[in-house]
Amino acid sequence: MKPAPFKYIAAASLEHALSLKAEYGDDAKFLAGGQSLMPTMNFRLAQPAILIDLNRIESLGGIRPGDAGGARIGALTRYRNLERDAGFARMFPLIAEALPHIAHPQIRNRGTIGGNLSHADPASELPAIMLALGARFHIQTTKQTRSVEAPDFFLGALTTDLQPDEMLVEVELPLSKPRTGSCFMEVARRRGDFAIVGIAVMMTLGNQDECTHIRLTFCGVGETPIDASSAADHLIGSAPTEKAICDVAASVQAMIDPGGSVHATADYQRHVAGVLTERALQTAFQRARDGH
Amino acid sequence: MDTDDHDITVSVNGVRYKRRVESRMLLSDFLRHDLALAGTHVGCEHGVCGACTVLLDGQPVRSCLMLAVQAETHEISTIEGLTDKDGAYHPLQQAMHDHHGLQCGYCTPGILMTMTAFLEENLSPSEDEVREALSGNLCRCTGYQNIVDAVMAAAQRMRG
Ligand SMILES: Cc1cc2nc3c(=O)[nH]c(=O)nc-3n(C[C@H](O)[C@H](O)[C@H](O)COP(=O)(O)OP(=O)(O)OC[C@H]3O[C@@H](n4cnc5c(N)ncnc54)[C@H](O)[C@@H]3O)c2cc1C
Ligand code: FES
Ligand code: FES
Repeated sequence: MKPAPFKYIAAASLEHALSLKAEYGDDAKFLAGGQSLMPTMNFRLAQPAILIDLNRIESLGGIRPGDAGGARIGALTRYRNLERDAGFARMFPLIAEALPHIAHPQIRNRGTIGGNLSHADPASELPAIMLALGARFHIQTTKQTRSVEAPDFFLGALTTDLQPDEMLVEVELPLSKPRTGSCFMEVARRRGDFAIVGIAVMMTLGNQDECTHIRLTFCGVGETPIDASSAADHLIGSAPTEKAICDVAASVQAMIDPGGSVHATADYQRHVAGVLTERALQTAFQRARDGH
Repeated sequence: MDTDDHDITVSVNGVRYKRRVESRMLLSDFLRHDLALAGTHVGCEHGVCGACTVLLDGQPVRSCLMLAVQAETHEISTIEGLTDKDGAYHPLQQAMHDHHGLQCGYCTPGILMTMTAFLEENLSPSEDEVREALSGNLCRCTGYQNIVDAVMAAAQRMRG
Protein backbone atom coordinates (compact mmCIF):
# COMPACT_ATOMS: atom_id res chain seq x y z
CA MET A 1 0.00 0.00 0.00
CA LYS A 2 1.33 3.39 -0.96
CA PRO A 3 0.36 6.95 -0.16
CA ALA A 4 -1.78 8.89 -2.64
CA PRO A 5 0.10 11.72 -4.42
CA PHE A 6 0.77 14.89 -2.45
CA LYS A 7 3.03 17.91 -2.59
CA TYR A 8 5.93 17.74 -0.15
CA ILE A 9 7.42 20.85 1.38
CA ALA A 10 10.26 20.71 3.91
CA ALA A 11 9.63 23.75 6.10
CA ALA A 12 12.83 25.69 6.70
CA SER A 13 11.64 27.42 9.86
CA LEU A 14 8.72 27.62 12.25
CA GLU A 15 7.50 30.78 10.49
CA HIS A 16 7.68 28.99 7.15
CA ALA A 17 5.70 26.00 8.45
CA LEU A 18 3.04 28.25 10.00
CA SER A 19 2.63 30.38 6.90
CA LEU A 20 2.19 27.25 4.78
CA LYS A 21 -0.44 25.98 7.20
CA ALA A 22 -2.18 29.38 7.16
CA GLU A 23 -2.25 29.19 3.38
CA TYR A 24 -3.41 25.58 2.96
CA GLY A 25 -5.39 24.93 6.18
CA ASP A 26 -7.01 21.51 6.31
CA ASP A 27 -5.58 20.50 2.92
CA ALA A 28 -2.16 20.37 4.54
CA LYS A 29 -0.79 18.20 7.32
CA PHE A 30 2.33 18.62 9.37
CA LEU A 31 4.70 15.66 9.15
CA ALA A 32 6.51 15.15 12.47
CA GLY A 33 7.77 11.66 13.31
CA GLY A 34 5.39 10.16 10.77
CA GLN A 35 4.74 7.16 13.04
CA SER A 36 0.97 7.72 13.01
CA LEU A 37 0.55 9.81 9.88
CA MET A 38 2.55 7.59 7.50
CA PRO A 39 0.64 4.37 8.33
CA THR A 40 -2.67 6.16 7.72
CA MET A 41 -1.32 7.59 4.46
CA ASN A 42 0.00 4.19 3.38
CA PHE A 43 -3.51 2.85 3.92
CA ARG A 44 -4.91 5.95 2.18
CA LEU A 45 -7.07 6.66 5.21
CA ALA A 46 -5.39 10.07 5.12
CA GLN A 47 -4.79 11.76 1.76
CA PRO A 48 -3.46 15.23 2.50
CA ALA A 49 -2.81 17.35 -0.60
CA ILE A 50 0.18 19.02 1.04
CA LEU A 51 2.68 17.61 3.52
CA ILE A 52 4.64 20.15 5.55
CA ASP A 53 7.71 18.38 6.93
CA LEU A 54 8.76 19.80 10.30
CA ASN A 55 11.86 17.67 10.72
CA ARG A 56 14.36 20.32 9.65
CA ILE A 57 13.15 22.87 12.20
CA GLU A 58 15.73 22.29 14.90
CA SER A 59 14.33 24.97 17.20
CA LEU A 60 11.14 22.90 17.57
CA GLY A 61 12.95 20.08 19.38
CA GLY A 62 14.53 19.92 22.81
CA ILE A 63 13.81 20.48 26.47
CA ARG A 64 14.31 23.82 28.18
CA PRO A 65 13.68 25.01 31.70
CA GLY A 66 10.16 26.31 32.28
CA ASP A 67 8.84 28.91 34.66
CA ALA A 68 9.07 28.06 38.35
CA GLY A 69 11.35 25.08 37.83
CA GLY A 70 9.27 23.02 35.43
CA ALA A 71 10.22 22.11 31.88
CA ARG A 72 9.14 23.04 28.38
CA ILE A 73 9.30 20.31 25.76
CA GLY A 74 9.47 21.35 22.12
CA ALA A 75 6.92 19.66 19.86
CA LEU A 76 9.58 17.96 17.73
CA THR A 77 11.32 16.37 20.73
CA ARG A 78 11.41 12.64 20.08
CA TYR A 79 10.52 10.00 22.64
CA ARG A 80 14.10 8.84 22.46
CA ASN A 81 15.39 12.27 23.56
CA LEU A 82 13.33 12.03 26.73
CA GLU A 83 14.23 8.38 27.29
CA ARG A 84 17.92 9.17 27.24
CA ASP A 85 17.84 12.26 29.40
CA ALA A 86 18.58 11.13 32.97
CA GLY A 87 17.89 14.60 34.41
CA PHE A 88 14.49 14.67 32.74
CA ALA A 89 13.69 11.18 34.04
CA ARG A 90 14.47 12.31 37.60
CA MET A 91 12.24 15.34 37.20
CA PHE A 92 9.36 13.47 35.58
CA PRO A 93 9.58 9.83 36.65
CA LEU A 94 5.97 9.33 35.53
CA ILE A 95 6.96 9.98 31.92
CA ALA A 96 10.13 7.92 32.21
CA GLU A 97 8.10 4.97 33.50
CA ALA A 98 5.59 5.23 30.64
CA LEU A 99 7.99 5.66 27.71
CA PRO A 100 8.97 1.98 27.35
CA HIS A 101 5.27 1.17 26.95
CA ILE A 102 4.97 3.45 23.92
CA ALA A 103 5.51 1.38 20.80
CA HIS A 104 9.01 0.02 20.11
CA PRO A 105 12.55 1.43 20.08
CA GLN A 106 12.46 2.00 16.30
CA ILE A 107 9.22 3.98 16.60
CA ARG A 108 10.45 5.93 19.62
CA ASN A 109 13.52 6.95 17.63
CA ARG A 110 11.21 8.93 15.28
CA GLY A 111 7.94 9.65 17.08
CA THR A 112 7.59 13.10 18.63
CA ILE A 113 5.81 14.48 21.66
CA GLY A 114 3.96 17.08 19.57
CA GLY A 115 2.89 14.47 17.02
CA ASN A 116 1.65 12.12 19.71
CA LEU A 117 -0.43 14.78 21.47
CA SER A 118 -1.78 16.31 18.25
CA HIS A 119 -2.77 12.85 17.06
CA ALA A 120 -4.68 12.39 20.35
CA ASP A 121 -5.19 8.65 20.28
CA PRO A 122 -7.32 7.91 23.35
CA ALA A 123 -5.39 4.68 23.97
CA SER A 124 -2.07 6.52 23.95
CA GLU A 125 -0.16 6.89 27.18
CA LEU A 126 1.05 10.49 26.93
CA PRO A 127 -2.30 12.33 26.80
CA ALA A 128 -3.35 10.72 30.10
CA ILE A 129 0.04 11.59 31.56
CA MET A 130 -0.37 15.21 30.49
CA LEU A 131 -3.64 15.34 32.45
CA ALA A 132 -1.98 13.82 35.51
CA LEU A 133 0.93 16.27 35.37
CA GLY A 134 -1.24 19.33 34.75
CA ALA A 135 0.47 20.20 31.46
CA ARG A 136 -0.18 23.37 29.50
CA PHE A 137 -0.01 23.31 25.69
CA HIS A 138 1.41 26.24 23.73
CA ILE A 139 -0.13 26.72 20.32
CA GLN A 140 0.90 29.08 17.55
CA THR A 141 -0.27 30.53 14.23
CA THR A 142 1.41 33.15 12.04
CA LYS A 143 -0.58 35.78 13.91
CA GLN A 144 -0.89 34.71 17.51
CA THR A 145 0.09 32.38 20.29
CA ARG A 146 -2.22 30.92 22.90
CA SER A 147 -2.08 28.20 25.48
CA VAL A 148 -4.61 25.67 26.79
CA GLU A 149 -4.70 23.32 29.74
CA ALA A 150 -4.49 19.62 28.90
CA PRO A 151 -8.17 18.83 29.67
CA ASP A 152 -9.29 21.50 27.19
CA PHE A 153 -6.97 20.25 24.47
CA PHE A 154 -8.35 16.72 24.05
CA LEU A 155 -11.87 16.98 22.66
CA GLY A 156 -12.54 13.47 21.36
CA ALA A 157 -10.97 10.43 19.73
CA LEU A 158 -8.24 11.78 17.42
CA THR A 159 -9.73 15.25 17.91
CA THR A 160 -8.06 18.21 19.59
CA ASP A 161 -8.68 21.90 20.05
CA LEU A 162 -6.10 22.66 17.29
CA GLN A 163 -7.53 24.84 14.49
CA PRO A 164 -6.57 24.32 10.81
CA ASP A 165 -3.92 27.07 10.90
CA GLU A 166 -2.45 26.12 14.28
CA MET A 167 0.58 24.17 15.43
CA LEU A 168 1.31 22.74 18.83
CA VAL A 169 4.77 24.16 19.48
CA GLU A 170 5.55 23.37 23.10
CA VAL A 171 4.31 21.52 26.15
CA GLU A 172 4.89 23.03 29.56
CA LEU A 173 5.15 20.75 32.58
CA PRO A 174 5.05 22.15 36.11
CA LEU A 175 7.54 20.83 38.64
CA SER A 176 5.88 18.47 41.09
CA LYS A 177 5.85 19.26 44.79
CA PRO A 178 8.22 17.58 47.26
CA ARG A 179 7.00 14.22 48.62
CA THR A 180 5.21 13.35 45.40
CA GLY A 181 5.11 9.76 44.23
CA SER A 182 4.07 8.78 40.73
CA CYS A 183 3.17 5.55 39.02
CA PHE A 184 2.34 4.51 35.46
CA MET A 185 1.01 1.02 34.69
CA GLU A 186 -0.74 -0.51 31.73
CA VAL A 187 -2.13 -3.73 30.41
CA ALA A 188 -1.66 -4.27 26.67
CA ARG A 189 -1.90 -7.36 24.51
CA ARG A 190 1.80 -7.28 23.75
CA ARG A 191 4.72 -5.12 24.78
CA GLY A 192 4.52 -1.89 22.79
CA ASP A 193 0.86 -2.16 21.85
CA PHE A 194 -1.60 0.56 22.69
CA ALA A 195 -3.07 0.21 26.17
CA ILE A 196 -6.22 -1.82 26.84
CA VAL A 197 -6.14 0.17 30.06
CA GLY A 198 -3.37 2.45 31.27
CA ILE A 199 -3.23 4.46 34.50
CA ALA A 200 -1.18 7.44 35.64
CA VAL A 201 -1.07 8.51 39.28
CA MET A 202 0.50 11.51 41.00
CA MET A 203 0.20 11.56 44.80
CA THR A 204 1.61 14.16 47.17
CA LEU A 205 1.94 13.58 50.92
CA GLY A 206 2.20 15.97 53.85
CA ASN A 207 4.47 15.59 56.87
CA GLN A 208 2.21 13.00 58.54
CA ASP A 209 1.99 10.98 55.30
CA GLU A 210 -1.47 12.40 54.77
CA CYS A 211 -2.41 12.74 51.13
CA THR A 212 -2.55 16.40 50.11
CA HIS A 213 -2.90 16.12 46.34
CA ILE A 214 -3.94 13.32 44.03
CA ARG A 215 -4.31 12.92 40.30
CA LEU A 216 -5.57 9.73 38.74
CA THR A 217 -5.96 9.49 34.96
CA PHE A 218 -6.56 6.75 32.42
CA CYS A 219 -5.90 5.95 28.79
CA GLY A 220 -7.75 3.42 26.68
CA VAL A 221 -11.09 3.62 28.50
CA GLY A 222 -12.88 6.44 26.67
CA GLU A 223 -12.89 8.77 23.69
CA THR A 224 -10.31 11.00 25.38
CA PRO A 225 -7.86 10.49 28.21
CA ILE A 226 -10.01 10.30 31.36
CA ASP A 227 -9.39 12.26 34.54
CA ALA A 228 -10.79 10.13 37.37
CA SER A 229 -9.19 12.14 40.18
CA SER A 230 -12.55 12.85 41.77
CA ALA A 231 -12.87 9.12 42.54
CA ALA A 232 -9.93 9.62 44.91
CA ASP A 233 -11.16 12.78 46.62
CA HIS A 234 -11.76 11.00 49.90
CA LEU A 235 -8.07 10.06 50.15
CA ILE A 236 -7.22 13.71 50.81
CA GLY A 237 -6.42 14.48 54.43
CA SER A 238 -5.26 11.09 55.68
CA ALA A 239 -2.71 8.42 54.85
CA PRO A 240 -4.29 6.10 52.26
CA THR A 241 -5.32 2.81 53.84
CA GLU A 242 -5.87 -0.39 51.92
CA LYS A 243 -9.61 -0.04 52.44
CA ALA A 244 -9.65 3.54 51.17
CA ILE A 245 -7.71 2.49 48.08
CA CYS A 246 -10.17 -0.35 47.38
CA ASP A 247 -12.96 2.21 47.60
CA VAL A 248 -11.24 4.36 44.99
CA ALA A 249 -10.99 1.34 42.68
CA ALA A 250 -14.72 0.69 43.06
CA SER A 251 -15.54 4.35 42.37
CA VAL A 252 -13.34 4.29 39.28
CA GLN A 253 -15.13 1.20 38.00
CA ALA A 254 -18.47 2.91 38.45
CA MET A 255 -17.26 6.13 36.88
CA ILE A 256 -15.61 5.00 33.64
CA ASP A 257 -17.45 3.92 30.53
CA PRO A 258 -14.99 1.95 28.39
CA GLY A 259 -16.00 1.11 24.84
CA GLY A 260 -14.72 -2.44 24.61
CA SER A 261 -13.25 -3.94 21.44
CA VAL A 262 -12.56 -7.30 19.85
CA HIS A 263 -9.51 -7.56 22.09
CA ALA A 264 -11.13 -6.64 25.39
CA THR A 265 -14.75 -6.36 26.44
CA ALA A 266 -15.90 -3.30 28.36
CA ASP A 267 -16.34 -5.47 31.46
CA TYR A 268 -12.78 -6.70 31.22
CA GLN A 269 -11.50 -3.15 30.80
CA ARG A 270 -13.49 -2.06 33.84
CA HIS A 271 -12.09 -4.94 35.86
CA VAL A 272 -8.52 -4.17 34.82
CA ALA A 273 -9.02 -0.48 35.60
CA GLY A 274 -9.96 -1.43 39.17
CA VAL A 275 -6.97 -3.73 39.62
CA LEU A 276 -4.56 -1.16 38.19
CA THR A 277 -6.06 1.56 40.40
CA GLU A 278 -5.26 -0.43 43.53
CA ARG A 279 -1.74 -1.31 42.41
CA ALA A 280 -0.84 2.12 41.11
CA LEU A 281 -2.15 3.96 44.18
CA GLN A 282 -0.24 1.64 46.51
CA THR A 283 2.93 2.09 44.49
CA ALA A 284 2.61 5.87 44.24
CA PHE A 285 1.97 6.05 48.00
CA GLN A 286 5.07 3.99 48.80
CA ARG A 287 7.20 6.05 46.45
CA ALA A 288 5.96 9.32 47.92
CA ARG A 289 6.62 8.06 51.45
CA ASP A 290 10.05 6.60 50.68
CA GLY A 291 11.10 9.56 48.58
CA HIS A 292 11.61 8.14 45.11
CA MET B 1 -1.61 15.92 -12.30
CA ASP B 2 2.13 16.54 -12.55
CA THR B 3 4.03 14.36 -10.17
CA ASP B 4 5.77 16.10 -7.30
CA ASP B 5 9.40 15.14 -7.97
CA HIS B 6 12.46 16.02 -5.94
CA ASP B 7 16.19 15.66 -6.60
CA ILE B 8 17.84 14.05 -3.61
CA THR B 9 21.30 12.99 -2.54
CA VAL B 10 21.29 10.14 -0.07
CA SER B 11 24.17 8.25 1.46
CA VAL B 12 23.50 4.53 1.84
CA ASN B 13 26.15 2.30 3.39
CA GLY B 14 28.68 5.05 2.73
CA VAL B 15 27.86 5.38 -1.00
CA ARG B 16 26.30 8.62 -2.21
CA TYR B 17 23.39 8.29 -4.62
CA LYS B 18 21.76 11.12 -6.56
CA ARG B 19 18.25 10.32 -7.70
CA ARG B 20 15.01 12.00 -8.71
CA VAL B 21 12.08 10.66 -6.64
CA GLU B 22 8.40 11.36 -6.37
CA SER B 23 7.55 12.72 -2.92
CA ARG B 24 5.30 9.77 -2.07
CA MET B 25 8.10 7.24 -2.63
CA LEU B 26 8.67 5.41 0.67
CA LEU B 27 12.27 5.00 1.78
CA SER B 28 11.76 1.21 1.79
CA ASP B 29 10.67 1.22 -1.87
CA PHE B 30 13.44 3.63 -2.81
CA LEU B 31 16.05 1.28 -1.37
CA ARG B 32 14.55 -1.80 -2.97
CA HIS B 33 13.42 -0.53 -6.36
CA ASP B 34 15.60 2.49 -7.17
CA LEU B 35 18.84 1.34 -5.56
CA ALA B 36 18.25 -2.42 -6.00
CA LEU B 37 19.10 -2.98 -2.34
CA ALA B 38 16.40 -5.58 -1.82
CA GLY B 39 17.81 -6.92 1.44
CA THR B 40 15.53 -4.51 3.27
CA HIS B 41 12.25 -6.41 3.45
CA VAL B 42 8.72 -5.09 3.47
CA GLY B 43 6.10 -6.91 5.52
CA CYS B 44 3.28 -4.63 6.55
CA GLU B 45 3.96 -1.03 5.51
CA HIS B 46 2.39 0.33 8.64
CA GLY B 47 5.18 0.11 11.14
CA VAL B 48 4.19 -3.07 12.93
CA CYS B 49 6.43 -5.87 11.69
CA GLY B 50 9.92 -4.36 11.69
CA ALA B 51 11.09 -6.21 8.55
CA CYS B 52 11.96 -2.87 6.92
CA THR B 53 14.15 -1.57 9.78
CA VAL B 54 17.22 0.36 8.60
CA LEU B 55 19.56 2.71 10.43
CA LEU B 56 19.06 6.45 10.05
CA ASP B 57 22.25 8.14 11.26
CA GLY B 58 22.96 5.00 13.28
CA GLN B 59 19.52 4.63 14.87
CA PRO B 60 17.03 1.92 13.86
CA VAL B 61 13.87 3.26 12.21
CA ARG B 62 11.05 1.91 10.03
CA SER B 63 11.90 2.64 6.40
CA CYS B 64 8.23 2.10 5.45
CA LEU B 65 7.26 5.09 7.62
CA MET B 66 9.75 7.50 6.06
CA LEU B 67 9.71 9.17 2.69
CA ALA B 68 12.76 8.87 0.48
CA VAL B 69 12.87 12.68 0.22
CA GLN B 70 13.30 12.83 3.98
CA ALA B 71 16.53 10.83 3.75
CA GLU B 72 18.22 13.74 1.96
CA THR B 73 21.47 14.63 3.79
CA HIS B 74 21.12 11.64 6.13
CA GLU B 75 23.22 8.50 6.39
CA ILE B 76 21.26 5.28 5.84
CA SER B 77 22.64 1.84 6.70
CA THR B 78 21.06 -1.35 5.40
CA ILE B 79 21.72 -5.05 5.72
CA GLU B 80 23.89 -4.93 2.59
CA GLY B 81 26.46 -2.89 4.53
CA LEU B 82 26.66 -5.12 7.58
CA THR B 83 29.49 -7.42 6.53
CA ASP B 84 32.96 -5.93 6.66
CA LYS B 85 34.89 -4.94 3.53
CA ASP B 86 36.13 -8.45 2.70
CA GLY B 87 32.68 -9.91 3.19
CA ALA B 88 33.24 -11.37 6.66
CA TYR B 89 30.07 -11.68 8.73
CA HIS B 90 29.28 -9.29 11.56
CA PRO B 91 29.53 -11.25 14.84
CA LEU B 92 25.73 -11.17 15.13
CA GLN B 93 25.31 -12.57 11.61
CA GLN B 94 27.66 -15.38 12.53
CA ALA B 95 25.84 -16.01 15.80
CA MET B 96 22.44 -16.07 14.04
CA HIS B 97 23.88 -18.71 11.74
CA ASP B 98 25.40 -20.72 14.59
CA HIS B 99 22.28 -20.60 16.77
CA HIS B 100 19.71 -21.14 14.01
CA GLY B 101 18.29 -17.69 14.61
CA LEU B 102 16.42 -17.76 11.31
CA GLN B 103 14.23 -20.07 9.30
CA CYS B 104 12.53 -18.38 6.34
CA GLY B 105 14.73 -15.31 6.86
CA TYR B 106 12.08 -12.74 6.08
CA CYS B 107 12.42 -10.92 9.40
CA THR B 108 16.19 -11.34 9.60
CA PRO B 109 17.47 -8.13 7.94
CA GLY B 110 15.27 -6.01 10.20
CA ILE B 111 16.35 -7.94 13.26
CA LEU B 112 20.02 -7.66 12.38
CA MET B 113 19.78 -3.90 11.86
CA THR B 114 17.87 -3.47 15.13
CA MET B 115 20.08 -5.68 17.23
CA THR B 116 23.48 -4.60 15.86
CA ALA B 117 22.54 -1.01 16.76
CA PHE B 118 21.40 -2.25 20.18
CA LEU B 119 24.73 -4.02 20.76
CA GLU B 120 26.61 -0.84 19.82
CA GLU B 121 25.05 0.74 22.88
CA ASN B 122 24.85 -2.20 25.24
CA LEU B 123 27.48 -4.91 25.02
CA SER B 124 26.46 -6.57 28.29
CA PRO B 125 22.70 -6.88 27.96
CA SER B 126 20.47 -9.04 30.11
CA GLU B 127 18.15 -11.45 28.33
CA ASP B 128 15.24 -9.20 29.30
CA GLU B 129 16.90 -6.20 27.69
CA VAL B 130 17.44 -8.21 24.53
CA ARG B 131 13.77 -9.20 24.42
CA GLU B 132 12.72 -5.60 25.01
CA ALA B 133 14.96 -4.43 22.16
CA LEU B 134 13.53 -7.18 19.93
CA SER B 135 9.93 -6.31 20.74
CA GLY B 136 9.47 -4.27 17.58
CA ASN B 137 10.41 -7.09 15.21
CA LEU B 138 7.97 -9.87 14.43
CA CYS B 139 9.26 -13.32 13.54
CA ARG B 140 6.67 -15.91 12.54
CA CYS B 141 9.08 -18.85 12.38
CA THR B 142 11.61 -19.12 15.17
CA GLY B 143 9.71 -18.40 18.36
CA TYR B 144 12.46 -15.87 19.15
CA GLN B 145 14.43 -18.07 21.57
CA ASN B 146 17.22 -18.78 19.11
CA ILE B 147 17.41 -15.13 18.16
CA VAL B 148 17.81 -14.17 21.81
CA ASP B 149 20.49 -16.84 22.20
CA ALA B 150 22.30 -15.50 19.13
CA VAL B 151 22.28 -11.93 20.43
CA MET B 152 23.58 -13.02 23.84
CA ALA B 153 26.34 -15.06 22.17
CA ALA B 154 27.29 -12.20 19.84
CA ALA B 155 27.46 -9.82 22.79
CA GLN B 156 29.78 -12.17 24.60
CA ARG B 157 32.00 -12.53 21.54
CA MET B 158 32.10 -8.80 20.94
CA ARG B 159 33.10 -8.17 24.56
CA GLY B 160 36.12 -10.31 23.71
C1 LIG C 1 3.64 -0.17 15.43
C2 LIG C 1 3.28 1.08 16.18
C3 LIG C 1 2.95 1.01 17.51
C4 LIG C 1 2.60 2.15 18.22
N1 LIG C 1 2.30 2.02 19.54
C5 LIG C 1 2.00 3.14 20.26
C6 LIG C 1 1.69 3.06 21.64
O1 LIG C 1 1.72 2.00 22.24
N2 LIG C 1 1.39 4.21 22.28
C7 LIG C 1 1.37 5.43 21.64
O2 LIG C 1 1.10 6.44 22.26
N3 LIG C 1 1.66 5.54 20.34
C8 LIG C 1 1.98 4.43 19.63
N4 LIG C 1 2.27 4.56 18.29
C9 LIG C 1 2.16 5.89 17.65
C10 LIG C 1 3.41 6.71 17.84
O3 LIG C 1 3.59 7.00 19.21
C11 LIG C 1 3.42 8.01 17.05
O4 LIG C 1 4.76 8.41 17.02
C12 LIG C 1 2.66 9.17 17.59
O5 LIG C 1 1.32 8.83 17.83
C13 LIG C 1 2.64 10.33 16.59
O6 LIG C 1 3.80 11.09 16.67
P1 LIG C 1 4.61 11.45 15.35
O7 LIG C 1 5.63 12.44 15.74
O8 LIG C 1 5.07 10.21 14.72
O9 LIG C 1 3.50 12.23 14.50
P2 LIG C 1 3.03 12.16 12.98
O10 LIG C 1 2.64 10.78 12.63
O11 LIG C 1 4.02 12.84 12.13
O12 LIG C 1 1.74 13.09 13.08
C14 LIG C 1 0.55 12.68 13.74
C15 LIG C 1 -0.53 13.74 13.53
O13 LIG C 1 -0.25 14.93 14.26
C16 LIG C 1 -0.09 16.05 13.38
N5 LIG C 1 1.01 16.83 13.96
C17 LIG C 1 2.28 16.39 14.15
N6 LIG C 1 2.99 17.33 14.80
C18 LIG C 1 2.16 18.38 15.02
C19 LIG C 1 2.31 19.64 15.68
N7 LIG C 1 3.46 20.01 16.25
N8 LIG C 1 1.25 20.48 15.72
C20 LIG C 1 0.05 20.11 15.16
N9 LIG C 1 -0.15 18.93 14.54
C21 LIG C 1 0.89 18.07 14.47
C22 LIG C 1 0.17 15.47 12.03
O14 LIG C 1 -0.24 16.34 10.99
C23 LIG C 1 -0.66 14.20 12.08
O15 LIG C 1 -2.00 14.49 11.82
C24 LIG C 1 2.62 3.42 17.57
C25 LIG C 1 2.96 3.52 16.22
C26 LIG C 1 3.29 2.36 15.51
C27 LIG C 1 3.65 2.48 14.06
S1 FES D 1 7.17 -3.09 6.55
FE1 FES D 1 7.84 -1.48 7.80
S2 FES D 1 7.30 -2.18 9.75
FE2 FES D 1 6.43 -3.70 8.49
S1 FES E 1 12.66 -16.48 10.24
FE1 FES E 1 10.75 -16.46 9.24
S2 FES E 1 9.81 -14.69 10.01
FE2 FES E 1 11.60 -14.83 11.20
